[in-house]
Amino acid sequence: MDNRHFIARRAAQYFKNGDVVNLGIGIPSLCGDYAPEGVLFQTENGLIGVGPTAEGMMKTERFYNAGGVPFIPVPGASVLDVALSFGVIRSGRMAATVLGGLQVSETGDLANWAVPKRAFGMGGAMDLCTGARTVIVAMELTAKNGTPKIVDCCTLPLTGKNCVDHIVTECCVIDITPQGLLLKEIRAGYSPEDIQSRIEPYLHIDPDLKTMTE
Amino acid sequence: MNNPKIKRREEIISCFHDGQTIVIGGQAGANLPYRLIECIVDSGAKDLTICSIDSGELDRGIGRLIHAGAVAKMITTHIGTNPETAALLAEGKIEIEFNPMGSYIERLRCGGTGLGGVLTKTGLGTEVESRREIIRCNGEDYLLEPALRGDIAITRARRADPLGNLAYRGTGTASHPIAAMAADLSIVECDHFCDLGEISPDEVRVPGMFIDMILI
Repeated sequence: MDNRHFIARRAAQYFKNGDVVNLGIGIPSLCGDYAPEGVLFQTENGLIGVGPTAEGMMKTERFYNAGGVPFIPVPGASVLDVALSFGVIRSGRMAATVLGGLQVSETGDLANWAVPKRAFGMGGAMDLCTGARTVIVAMELTAKNGTPKIVDCCTLPLTGKNCVDHIVTECCVIDITPQGLLLKEIRAGYSPEDIQSRIEPYLHIDPDLKTMTE
Repeated sequence: MNNPKIKRREEIISCFHDGQTIVIGGQAGANLPYRLIECIVDSGAKDLTICSIDSGELDRGIGRLIHAGAVAKMITTHIGTNPETAALLAEGKIEIEFNPMGSYIERLRCGGTGLGGVLTKTGLGTEVESRREIIRCNGEDYLLEPALRGDIAITRARRADPLGNLAYRGTGTASHPIAAMAADLSIVECDHFCDLGEISPDEVRVPGMFIDMILI
């Protein structure tokens, strides 16, 4: 299993039967493959109950997700216009959202919609991280060049303040707590010192630290 | 063709002029009003302000207008699917106002339904806050998102009848019913043109009174 799927599978363990969940693009979009039964996926362009990717003659322009991928709705799916779709998100009915991240701060600030000299826009991410009951960031621990993505203070434009609950990476799970960052799980082959050396803020270690399932 | 709302393509093309603000329904590369977008391209109108959820793809969908150099400003939520928009932004050749998607659609809904704006927590503590007024209501802080409205709205419906009653299907609904109400002149293209009574009253998402022109 590659790192992207490894991260997605762990992030999906936060979902419970009966949850309505929204997945961002990139790694988060892979979580659907690993979700427990009974979880309904929302696409913010207006449907609750996104099913498998549609191929061949099952493709129709009437069922596309917000990432532009055609899908088959599950039995019990419901259609909403975009205004109501975001009403669902803002009103606290969304159990969880999984988003990608460029930077996450010690206090749970998230930056994921612009880099210097290149803004791609926040899309629905600001509403999701403000409204969803649980905000999970699924990302690699550092940027490709090794620069920390978990930082003391975000330098990129924020998507939301104090909004992130869990960070899932290819080598650890970190919770944002009022006391700071808490290392909850670590992948076999890594030490807490390895993780600490690749992030900026101080990392507390859960006395009940677990090993991530391979 | 005695129906006053059904228009020939040439009549619709003549509605578009330089400097207009145009609201476009649809999202994510599917079910856009492609034929009406071609009408704008063929009108040759320039310096347009386009309000839409995204900027389409390279030379496709709303990207057709970007590629034609017809757009001076976009009020949108992301441009991640169209590298040409990003390049124009980097060169300073297009102005982009990014809105959170939930706030964008509420601004249009206000514009179409006689409201001045809405209060939302989305964007608090971000750079969106710097362009908005903070309002305290029921003991909590919100951003005031002002109403947004266009000169013209172009949208697409699954079905339309001679009165302009509109019905949708699946994620083809998207922002279309909201966008269709948020302009002085609302033009719709439909996949199926129905007889009066064929769309049952319960299926109508946008009453015909909101619609001025139909391209069938």
